[in-house]
Amino acid sequence: MKMALQTKTLTLVQAITDGLDIMLEDREDVILLGEDIGTNGGVFRVTEGLQKKYGEHRVIDTPLSEAGFVGAAIGMAANGFRPVVEIQFLGFIYPAYEQIMTHASRLRMRTMGHFTVPMVIRAPYGAGVRAPEIHCDSTESIFTHMPGIKVVCPSNAYDAKGLMIAAIEDPDPVLFLEPMRSYRSSREEVPEGKYTVEIGKGNKLTHGDDVTVIAWGAMIPVAMKAAEEMKQKGVECDVLDLRTLYPIDKDLIIQSVQKTGRTVIVHEAHETGGTGSDLISLINDEAFLYQKAPAERVTGFDAPVPYFGFEEYYLPTPKRVAAAIEKVMKF
Amino acid sequence: MEKLFPIIRVIDQGGNVVSDEHKELVTEERVKSFYSEMARIRMFDRKAISLQRQGRIGTYAPFEGQEASQVGSALALEGDDWMFPTYRDHGAAMVFGHSLRNIFLFWNGRNEGCIPPDGKKIFPPAIPIATQIPHAAGAAFAEKQKGTKNAAICYFGDGATSEGDFHEGLNFASVFKSPVVFFNQNNQYAISVPVSRQMNSATIAQKAIAYDMPGVRIDGNDVFAVYLETSRALERARNGEGPSLIEAMTWRYGAHTTADDPAKYRNQDESAMKRAETDPLLRLERWLKNEGLFDEAWVKEIEEKAAMEIDAAVREMESYPPADPAVIFDYVFAKSTWTIEKQKREYLKLIGSDGR
Repeated sequence: MKMALQTKTLTLVQAITDGLDIMLEDREDVILLGEDIGTNGGVFRVTEGLQKKYGEHRVIDTPLSEAGFVGAAIGMAANGFRPVVEIQFLGFIYPAYEQIMTHASRLRMRTMGHFTVPMVIRAPYGAGVRAPEIHCDSTESIFTHMPGIKVVCPSNAYDAKGLMIAAIEDPDPVLFLEPMRSYRSSREEVPEGKYTVEIGKGNKLTHGDDVTVIAWGAMIPVAMKAAEEMKQKGVECDVLDLRTLYPIDKDLIIQSVQKTGRTVIVHEAHETGGTGSDLISLINDEAFLYQKAPAERVTGFDAPVPYFGFEEYYLPTPKRVAAAIEKVMKF
Repeated sequence: MEKLFPIIRVIDQGGNVVSDEHKELVTEERVKSFYSEMARIRMFDRKAISLQRQGRIGTYAPFEGQEASQVGSALALEGDDWMFPTYRDHGAAMVFGHSLRNIFLFWNGRNEGCIPPDGKKIFPPAIPIATQIPHAAGAAFAEKQKGTKNAAICYFGDGATSEGDFHEGLNFASVFKSPVVFFNQNNQYAISVPVSRQMNSATIAQKAIAYDMPGVRIDGNDVFAVYLETSRALERARNGEGPSLIEAMTWRYGAHTTADDPAKYRNQDESAMKRAETDPLLRLERWLKNEGLFDEAWVKEIEEKAAMEIDAAVREMESYPPADPAVIFDYVFAKSTWTIEKQKREYLKLIGSDGR
């Protein structure tokens, strides 16, 4: 990893663009595919300017066909390319689910490494931007359950760029979830040039001895706000940004939970079968005797993500997270 | 539509070359070469069914009856081309250079069987229907991007044309002029469902119109028609003219798989009649007889040679090292994750150090 010295101020969207730009420049085998990503620069402008810079043969507007272009990208990946495909919204990935489940994630295993699929699937996800229905899903655990694909989800510009570069360099398929609510909500200093954030490593955002709060993506600002509120009441939290949902950073979680003995997990995905369940299993396996209270989950409900008229009720809020922190403290 | 897409033949059922323009194509050397390849894969197919009946391999999908489609198309390929077979196209795969041992291993539940030898670009057989069609479109597109003259062939059945991936794959390939040949074997049944229930279209070839790509319907039991039209489509692909769709009309004599009973859904006399009239090997036998070139001793010789090769592959398959449980864990990712490593460690410890 080359350490970059200069920085620039970028939003999360711009940081992803920067990562893609660097990798298109760096590697001839990187190729971008998706709907409206060329001339239009993507519906969120993530690929803005890239077709102009690298040409139509490397930044490719595809027909409207999630299964078709994900399937074609599998063929390209098996034949020497590193495709980065954009699914316009995670809620539109389902037609491609078969290609990802039956081929992308298991071609290496089927052929014992003879054919591999070094591909990145980018997908904006999540609610909170008053988008139409199906544009707001947060179904990451469908993919964390799927063997053979890694799932990452940055919450900020620095991680987004570093994880994007790491995902493109990864020899296996990576689902790259982009919190659209955080796309432009803040700016931060991001190093220029190439750097990576290791897949499988989380990050501790605040330090506290009382409660471990685990979140990722668009739930990080929610968790942080709750932790700040609780600090006013004298409760100190370790806020952990998971960053990678598979494979989970076991050590980061276990070290924190062994210290605090109390855990609150925040995710906007539905509760049942969500990543929160995996985290509680992990805590059960590795930190059972350290527990001072049962782990709490603050999640989206076991209901389809509602129309945006209801999304403020559906999404976890700092208030719900703070209540959960109080609950584990009072147990 | 049938008139727009007439069934193209080079040799008719009586073993006669239908047009003078093909007289030079149909040489004794080619006939004998095509015949011996078809005999070889037919013998493999029968051996595999027999092994399944004896419990020596798992469920098996036979292709007997479709030999001309698989041999003629595979022989039209160049060594550096790509092949995307389904579970019923291992005849084509072995003609293209796949290892017989590995094909047996695949049908005996072993990942090792999915590895093609000698750098051959043969994808593992697609099990979910039509899902290989976008792969072929993409791999062929990649060849074009690299600036090679390599092409891809993609096999699929009549049932696959009802799937969304058929449309998405053909559409993608036609938009980007991928050098790919979409080779449909219309054996007229998707397990039990006849093609009349599969689609309202009179032909599969006509679907090419929608993608503005060449589409032809051929006699899939005429190995020369298959070879000729596949060669033409491959040439177009190599010349940058994009994909083509070939509908090869054929018939599987037997069951969908060894777990299937075709007597439940179709009259077995029909298969017997097809075998007596339209069989791909019989057609070449008739040509050889018409030309006074048929030689029982030669047939016996190629059959014995094939039997030896197949028996050797069976022995290799059966003497192959037993399944190593580590394989389950070691090929999910290039670098294993901690969850997989933990599961592997605990499991191998439980079952003992010998791995079983």
